[in-house]
Amino acid sequence: MVTATVTTIPRDRTAPDPAPRAARPYTGAHALCEALVREGVDLIFGYPGGAVIPLYDVLTDYPAIRHVLVRHEQWAAHAAEGYARATGKVGVCLATSGPGATNLVTGIADAMLDSTPLVAITGQVGIPMIGKDAFQEVDIIGVTLPITKHSFQIEDVADLPRVVAEAFHLASSGRPGPVLIDIPKSVLVAPTAPSAPPPVELPGYRPTKFGNMGQIKAAARLIAAAERPVVMAGHGIAISGAINEFRAFVERADLPVAFTLHGLGALPASHPNAIGYMGMHGHAHVNRAIDGCDLLINIGARFDDRATGRVDAFAPGATVIHVDIDPAEIGKNVKTAVPIVGDARHVLAALIEAVREQRRPEWHAAIAAWRVPPPPATFDPDERTISPFKLIAALRAATGGEAIFTADVGQHQMWAAQWGAYERPERWISSGGAGTMGFGLPAAIGAQLGHPEAEVWAIVGDGGVQMSLPELATIVQEGLPVKVAIFNNGYLGMVRQWQQLFHDRNYSHTPISSPDFVKLAEAYGIAGLRVSDPAQVHETIARARAIAGPVVIDFRINPEENVYPMVPPGGANSQMIEMEPDAVE
Amino acid sequence: MSVPGAKAGDVGQRAASARTLSVLVEDQPGVLNRVSSLLRRRRFNVESLNVGASEQPGLSRMTIALHADDAATEQAVKQLYKLLEVRKVTDLSDERFIGRELALVKVAASPETLAQLREIAELFGARVIDVAPRSVVIEAVGSEARIASLLEMVRPYGIREIARTGRVAITRGAGGGEG
Ligand SMILES: Cc1ncc(C[n+]2csc(CCOP(=O)(O)OP(=O)(O)O)c2C)c(N)n1
Ligand SMILES: [Mg+2]
Repeated sequence: MVTATVTTIPRDRTAPDPAPRAARPYTGAHALCEALVREGVDLIFGYPGGAVIPLYDVLTDYPAIRHVLVRHEQWAAHAAEGYARATGKVGVCLATSGPGATNLVTGIADAMLDSTPLVAITGQVGIPMIGKDAFQEVDIIGVTLPITKHSFQIEDVADLPRVVAEAFHLASSGRPGPVLIDIPKSVLVAPTAPSAPPPVELPGYRPTKFGNMGQIKAAARLIAAAERPVVMAGHGIAISGAINEFRAFVERADLPVAFTLHGLGALPASHPNAIGYMGMHGHAHVNRAIDGCDLLINIGARFDDRATGRVDAFAPGATVIHVDIDPAEIGKNVKTAVPIVGDARHVLAALIEAVREQRRPEWHAAIAAWRVPPPPATFDPDERTISPFKLIAALRAATGGEAIFTADVGQHQMWAAQWGAYERPERWISSGGAGTMGFGLPAAIGAQLGHPEAEVWAIVGDGGVQMSLPELATIVQEGLPVKVAIFNNGYLGMVRQWQQLFHDRNYSHTPISSPDFVKLAEAYGIAGLRVSDPAQVHETIARARAIAGPVVIDFRINPEENVYPMVPPGGANSQMIEMEPDAVE
Repeated sequence: MSVPGAKAGDVGQRAASARTLSVLVEDQPGVLNRVSSLLRRRRFNVESLNVGASEQPGLSRMTIALHADDAATEQAVKQLYKLLEVRKVTDLSDERFIGRELALVKVAASPETLAQLREIAELFGARVIDVAPRSVVIEAVGSEARIASLLEMVRPYGIREIARTGRVAITRGAGGGEG
């Protein structure tokens, strides 16, 4: 059954222009807005409150900055992340002091774990009130200390331009990450004069750009001598803007490429050297290739445990080359023979020169022989429920690999990682290190605002989407044509899968009910579609794509479908469960 | 100080798991907070952390004494470098250095035991710096091992209170002075 409801999208274009106001003194709030404009900020996700009212008052004087009002500050942070990941620019979120600031915390942690450039601006009580447990006073610097790349509390309004310049430099350079600027209300209202910041000078911060040439040559020798090399492609390739260099490098040395969650798209999935997704839910042939490789070349990944599985059994026969801009990542989890500290783009440029042209037909053939064909995008007439991985294949086929997919966290995310076949890294945006449920919808908002012309699909679970549902209102208020694909299985599916496989099917608190998503969409003024018949999947996707505005689709998928392969938690990647245990006859 | 048998740097000669990091940091609000938060969060086993002015204006020197193997020490050094305020980290475990701490020890005393306590203190190059009717305060500077021996000697008299600084350390010879 397919139902559709389209109601008009209320957008308040009729608000009267504010009455002209008397010239006001130039304050910290003006200095902040000017500093943001200077950094090229044209978009802020935020939510007002007492400590930042003076900033909001001034914000309307800076039309270059678009402010998007979210429905909860956490989603401001994730929307800013989605924007950053889609554009490569710094995402900016803004919250008031106290509860506004603490609502940002999960987003800040998410950006830290995924190396996403984010500047979080928080209001703070006035300096004389700090330490007095004033109304809405929270020590957000203290709270976020371990989850920020750096943080500032501004004490003197004269420091504002410099601090903003430093914050953006820190957030976006080296290994990117979240930087918090906490601004007391007394600083926002303090009179000051416009001033340009001095050039950024941070003696304690000098990220290494260029790799050591001796190590690069050593790496090239190992690559030339290797019989079964595999590249582990990480997020660093996209972050450093190195996809061209990466492609040239792997083509020249003819290297098979395995992707981490955030590495997907670093080389187009359709490229002959791209073998697929690695790790806990990686493709079996990819984990097998890594298990059997004699040389592992990690470019810009941090050997996360979801990628490596049991670390002492990871790539057991391999010599390891590790390229990372963060020296602390090298040797942290995996013993490395050739460490190369540097920016992936510069290191790859040098590696292209250093490696020799090679062909490795036997090794590629061996990996290809292990490969299980991807699921078809079509459904057989006798299928009664929608297979979620075929649904991913269908969405991929319908959008031709041109759309941006953002994912929430759970089974649907893993299916989307396995079968989304991404051609570019910014077309796949997901919460990896933190695995933050609720991420998918706000990330789609950010990605859509970063690429207004793009087709953006939020691939979400029925559980996760109920965390960030209120952002449907933001989508409507901002007029965004985001398509929301709910993989509705009636469960917190990924947890249920663990319960099924490792806890004797004790489905403790994982069945989850949902509202009528079609009616709900309607209530927000969004088109709502529902489909449970596999035969109508393609038609429904086509209808959704034909609608110019946002659409919510409630895909009723096979409720107890599992994600395979799966490496049992704590297990070695070579010990994957490859299919439904019951299905093995 | 002329303590018979005291060897410079004997702190560094303890079991291989005792490490000393000398960390030059910018004097910024919260820098101690950042360093201690990092050490806690990554579960480094810190024995003592000491901070004071360095030879350069605007920079302080922290001495961090920790129990760690080579890999953990290397991680600690690399993670510390990621803090913006950290200018220079020296793993003194690799160098010849002198490590010392200051201890103030209040010991129960009577007119009869006062002379004995003075004698013990002298033996350790320490001094009695305060005499009250029922107690004395001994000030001792030395390696942790040295101070531990002193404490053993005065324990039978009744230790009332101990305040120790933890280790401060400096490289020997012309080394150091970096940053
Ligand atoms: C904020 C948060 N809470 C809890 C979890 C743990 N968790 C991981 S996946 C998952 C289930 C997600 O369910 P749903 O959104 O329906 O997706 P599905 O797995 O069914 O596709 C849960 C609860 C999490 N990752 N994030
Ligand atoms: Mg679900």
